[in-house]
Amino acid sequence: MLPEPKILPDLVVEAHGLTKRYGTQTVVDNLDLSVRRGECFGLLGPNGAGKTTTLRMLMGATLPSAGELNVLGYTIPQQARQMHLRLGVVPQQDNLDPDFTVMENLSTYASYFGLRGAALDARITDLLAFANLEAKAHVGIGTLSGGMKRRLTLARALINDPDLLILDEPTTGLDPQARQLIWQRLRTLLAQGKSLILTTHYMEEAERLCDRLVIIDSGRILVSGSPAELVRQHIEPHVVEIHGRGMDEWFNSIGQQFVQRSEHAGETLFCYLADERPLLDALRQCPELHFMHRRANLEDVFIKLTGKELRE
Amino acid sequence: MSRAFPSITLRWLPVWRRNLRVWRKLSGPALIGNFGEPLLYLLALGYGLGGFIGEVNGLPYIVFLASGIVCASAMNTASFEGLYSAYTRMAVQNTWGGMLATPLSIDDIVLGEILWAGTKSLISSVPILLVAALLGVVHDISALGVLPVVFIIGVCFGAMALVVTALAKSYDFFIYYFTLVITPLFLVSGVFFPLDGMPDAVRIGAQLLPLAHAVDVVRPLMTGQPLPSLTLLYLMVPLLYAAGAFWLATVLFHRRLIS
Repeated sequence: MLPEPKILPDLVVEAHGLTKRYGTQTVVDNLDLSVRRGECFGLLGPNGAGKTTTLRMLMGATLPSAGELNVLGYTIPQQARQMHLRLGVVPQQDNLDPDFTVMENLSTYASYFGLRGAALDARITDLLAFANLEAKAHVGIGTLSGGMKRRLTLARALINDPDLLILDEPTTGLDPQARQLIWQRLRTLLAQGKSLILTTHYMEEAERLCDRLVIIDSGRILVSGSPAELVRQHIEPHVVEIHGRGMDEWFNSIGQQFVQRSEHAGETLFCYLADERPLLDALRQCPELHFMHRRANLEDVFIKLTGKELRE
Repeated sequence: MSRAFPSITLRWLPVWRRNLRVWRKLSGPALIGNFGEPLLYLLALGYGLGGFIGEVNGLPYIVFLASGIVCASAMNTASFEGLYSAYTRMAVQNTWGGMLATPLSIDDIVLGEILWAGTKSLISSVPILLVAALLGVVHDISALGVLPVVFIIGVCFGAMALVVTALAKSYDFFIYYFTLVITPLFLVSGVFFPLDGMPDAVRIGAQLLPLAHAVDVVRPLMTGQPLPSLTLLYLMVPLLYAAGAFWLATVLFHRRLIS
């Protein structure tokens, strides 16, 4: 009953000049994207950058204003129905059926794919185990925790054994334990050879999971590459965060000379450096200043590229 | 955006089945709502008002009224389903959003919802018919012929309601439709009184609208009078409304949900 096996292209997503305009506003602007088979691809950007619109176009849920788009070998939006047979979606907003039990949610969703019978029953049993929800099979959705709901949504997205999974902020609002469990499951899926496209606001999540990613803003790609490449190319390797009384005076007179680049965020000063030792030595002479040294990470790249001001 | 007529396949079935599955879980309150109110109308007006009126068109008033109430209840049930329930599935629970990520399309969802509205009208008319039969206001077994007509009424008003839902920004919007469309239809379609005595404008206007013809077919079926000679033509009126509303609803939902 599952969709016919089909040779998968090397690129599960290929977009050229993908554009979406609403009236005079351009939300996605001439985007070129390619996602390789079997990789986890991250789509990052501040709120309003065009991530969700891009994902919706990939899913065939929003019609592009211009550009060419191919997903899993199908032309989108024209062949969206065939593509949907091989796609799994974990939406940002929970849309589980509140009137159904865990099991009924899975079997009802399966019916939208035309799946039924013994093969489906076996699949549901496997997915309940995958999502750690065996004990909750006959429980209503209302009593599930946020983490359980997300896991059920993930299990539901896998009901048709998809080749490509689109996850829109899959761990937003979850506690750390629940997130770890989702990460583990996503890694299992990658090990099974599935391709993943992920949006997230957690840079740590992107750094852990994504093989490659793009950071977009105002509908355009700012940078693309692996998390490690991006950190190497776009930011100094060391970061020292400083706060405390008299920080500005100290920095202007002493600290500045050791630092390549610095930025204020609230009451904290971020110093970016190639060699951290001279600055740390100087800081140790000032007991009233608090500081922390760490390796530069994806979040530093993200903030450097998209700015520190709040987006709403 | 112009679109050809919606594509019709069997993929409406899982949408319909999902709604049936939910209904089976919540059928208690749903049934009370769907047949409790029409039953109160039938008893209060049929016996209360009927005592003053006596006979209408040669029938005891409650017998005349029962067939009208069956049709009006079918209209109301389908309208509620296509407005409040469908809006909830579209905008509140995002059930349709989930469906649209699967091989189901907007055409499949709209057709499934329309046929479900017809089914719900059918389900809620059965207890009304039963009670009417127990009260002795149904002539004979040919009253079962009412069931397909009730389904057609449900399909017609379900489709019309979905057009309104496609334009609605919130539940409040539905008040306009009830006040401006459903309630006037309820009052001038021959449910409570025959249209013969009405001014020509009202009578002809009512004939152009979908409920009056259904009442004209249901009433003879329930009272044992001969069916109008143009019965099939009469039934074409709600079916044409259904087809037009189906097409318009798919166009509007495409614009709202996919553009």
